Amino acid sequence: MAVEWYLVLSALLFAVGASGVLLRRSPLVILLCLELMLNAGNLALVAFSRSLANQDGQIFALVVMVVAACEVVVGLGLIVAMFRRRLPLNVDEIRSLRG
Amino acid sequence: MSATTYGWLILLCPLAGSILIALSWRILPGRAAGWIGTAAIGLSFVNAIGAFVMLLGEPEDARRLTSALYDYATAVGLDIDLGILVDPLAVVMCLVVTGVSTLIHLYSVAYMSSDEGYARFFSYMNFFVFSMLLLILAGNFVLLIVGWAFVGFASYALISYWYRRSTATAAGMKAFVINVIGDIGLVLAAFLIFRELGTFDYLEVFEASPERFQTNEGTIVAICLLLLVGAFAKSAQIPFHTWLPDAMEGPTPVSALIHAATMVTAGVYLIARAHPLFELAPTAADIAAFAGLATLLVAATIALVVTDLKRIIAYSTMSQIGYMVVGVSIGAYTAGIFHLMTHAFFKALLFMAAGSIIAAMASRQNIDGMSGFKKAMPFTSLLLIIGALALAGFPGMSGFFSKDEILVFAAERGGMYWIFAIGGYVAAFLTAFYSFRIGFRVVLGEPCEEARELERGHLAHGEPENPATGEKEDTEIGFPGPEHHIAEHAAPMRIAMGVLGFLAVVAGVLQIPGVTAAMEHFLAGTFEESELFHSVPSEGSAYLGLLVGAIVAFAGIGLAWLLYVRSPGVTLRLRDRLTPIHNFLERKWYFDELIDALIYRPVIRAGRFAHEVVERVVVQGLVTGAVGAVREAGVLVRGAQSGFVRAYALLVVGGFAALALYFLVVSS
Amino acid sequence: MEEVAFFVGAIGALGGAVAVVALRNPFYSVLALVVHLVSLAGLFLLLHAEFLAAAQVVVYAGAVMVLYLFVAAYVGSNEEPLWEPIAGQRFLAPLLAAALFVELSVAILGTGLKSLGGEGATIPAGFGSPAAIGELLLERFLIAFEAASLLLLIAAVGAVVLAASKKEATEVPRGR
Repeated sequence: MAVEWYLVLSALLFAVGASGVLLRRSPLVILLCLELMLNAGNLALVAFSRSLANQDGQIFALVVMVVAACEVVVGLGLIVAMFRRRLPLNVDEIRSLRG
Repeated sequence: MSATTYGWLILLCPLAGSILIALSWRILPGRAAGWIGTAAIGLSFVNAIGAFVMLLGEPEDARRLTSALYDYATAVGLDIDLGILVDPLAVVMCLVVTGVSTLIHLYSVAYMSSDEGYARFFSYMNFFVFSMLLLILAGNFVLLIVGWAFVGFASYALISYWYRRSTATAAGMKAFVINVIGDIGLVLAAFLIFRELGTFDYLEVFEASPERFQTNEGTIVAICLLLLVGAFAKSAQIPFHTWLPDAMEGPTPVSALIHAATMVTAGVYLIARAHPLFELAPTAADIAAFAGLATLLVAATIALVVTDLKRIIAYSTMSQIGYMVVGVSIGAYTAGIFHLMTHAFFKALLFMAAGSIIAAMASRQNIDGMSGFKKAMPFTSLLLIIGALALAGFPGMSGFFSKDEILVFAAERGGMYWIFAIGGYVAAFLTAFYSFRIGFRVVLGEPCEEARELERGHLAHGEPENPATGEKEDTEIGFPGPEHHIAEHAAPMRIAMGVLGFLAVVAGVLQIPGVTAAMEHFLAGTFEESELFHSVPSEGSAYLGLLVGAIVAFAGIGLAWLLYVRSPGVTLRLRDRLTPIHNFLERKWYFDELIDALIYRPVIRAGRFAHEVVERVVVQGLVTGAVGAVREAGVLVRGAQSGFVRAYALLVVGGFAALALYFLVVSS
Repeated sequence: MEEVAFFVGAIGALGGAVAVVALRNPFYSVLALVVHLVSLAGLFLLLHAEFLAAAQVVVYAGAVMVLYLFVAAYVGSNEEPLWEPIAGQRFLAPLLAAALFVELSVAILGTGLKSLGGEGATIPAGFGSPAAIGELLLERFLIAFEAASLLLLIAAVGAVVLAASKKEATEVPRGR
């Protein structure tokens, strides 16, 4: 299977994730779409690693996974905090930083 | 001590007096400020005599002495120093100015003694004399301009001396504005001189100009015309004369000093001083002469009808200065300066007498209320008549010789210049008439209220009020003081008037045609190179001129006798019959209205236009427009700060897409 | 054979992704993401990244997604309102995402990089095996490895701080 297929798939997944971030309003779902984008990146990394026969790409993807996990943890902590303070779980309503 | 040292001392004394009085007025008792002021000018007069004597000691052709105190401005191509020129013309002027000023200061010691601002008066007067002397003694055009400007300021300060009187301050401003216009002319002339000749120094300029300019070349005519603008503004000649009658708002000694004897003669002095330039530009000299002729006729006609005593004398001054201007413009330098001197004497005398009478009238100046002071104020009346005789040119008086010598010179020059002679004699007739209009009306006839009170030994008192508008005033500082002083009661006033009366009678002896020529010989030191100076009229024509002058004077006095003494009331009937002419003359030939229409209104309209259109629409519009544009841009940009996270994310993605597109396009 | 596997994995991944975006209930979105992750693990296997595939399933789908599920259950599902407050977002978002995809594809397919043309270079034996990955982690990328662990620690502490309720903080001093 030519590497390009994997790369195009990765681009497609990335685009879907981006549109999800832009379209959904629940912070939980936005985080999920963020995960999509990160995973798309991972796929591209692994594809390149295969095509260049270099394992550095896989290490990179591993570290990306670690970072994604950390980010998820913090993000979910935020959501829990929001829920605890009875704030509406809707990113459009949280806009006190408006200029 | 050399003449120039005396020159510096002449300048120093009044300046020191002014500063001394200004600094110590709080601790000076009573009239001390007045005596200090008088002494300062007196000392200056003594120094002027010293300079005169020293100058006589010099050989006749080496009487132009300069002395520089220090360098005022030196740069490449520029070399101005604080220098004076002591020569016969300057010395004559200094003698006249300091002499007459001393007497006027003496008069003021008594006249102004009940005024709250007594010390301020003398400080200003001393400063004025200093400025006038600076103007006269200046050795270069820059110092002349300095003195010129100082004189203008001093005149303003003294006219608006009673500063709480609104008419006085308005008059002061009017005088100052017209003076400034003259200053502009003078400064421009100085610039042109510097550009053409590279120097400001008098002697250098006068020496270089015949080589540099041809007769009637455009530039030299322009320079002379600009000098004339300055001269006419200072000397109240048409068209810059409108300030002089209003300047009578100042106290009488001020009118005597500034507006009769000294400041208004500055223009005449300037023309005489710059005579080498004027002789190179006969066109300009002729224009000056015609302006002088116009002034002397117009002013004489106005003096026939105005009723304010001081204003009659003011118009008389304007007219006589017209004579002097004609004199120095056509080349009769000796006669012109001689008339300047005699005029100073009798005009100051007239003002002093008028001041005494106005005091007797409790500060009212309208001649309609004055009559028959002969018995109540004998001294004043006598000196008033002496002054009037001198002004009218009665044979034997100083004014007789000085005025007619100018007219004889004009006739002698021939051709077009006959018109000056004829005009001059006509005006002399009018002058004699109005001098005795004053003389007969005030002195002879039935004593008026105030005169009768005075005969009983009691000086009239009235409510303090503005003589022109009748507004009520008080007698605190800024207004005239409560007491009025007449000559009969005040020795200083009598002494001053007496000396001037004596001089008005005998000063003619200096320049009797065919007998003495003292002035001519002395002034030769300055006017050596002038051809016109040396074209002295023959004795025959001089005597003929004097004869005509005498006839004219008698005729004028006779007519005044007829109209005012033999049949009083005739003039009132004439006035009613010839109302349009009377109004025209009384409104001063509508000059004020003319200036108002030609200059004042258009300028105001232009200003209003500038404010409404240029300022409000253009400038304000630009500024407001700029502000509005910036504000709108801000509102526009602020829209991006919506607070919506998803909008920001959209922008991120959108930006990234755009960037990627750019790189794709570029790399393909 | 490989192609079939690829397409199965691809469809799974894509379907899961689309389901994440499209499903209303966040709980279902999480489950869809799990499907997506597992499909991706399959693709990793195809690319000779065995260790990574295992890590993906165990860590990502196993632990992280479970975390998500817990929070989703705790928070509950609230229906998103239909009205869109930002003008043009509904229209612009898919448009821009599509544009992004097209550009990336053009970049990939039009590239002059030779290595992308075929299957790729020959791979040595043990490529992607745990041994090889472990060796790299502990030798060449030691610092990255340690940094990543530090990051995990910070994240854990951060989570506790963020999610702690205020009552617990003020309760402790009182009482005893």
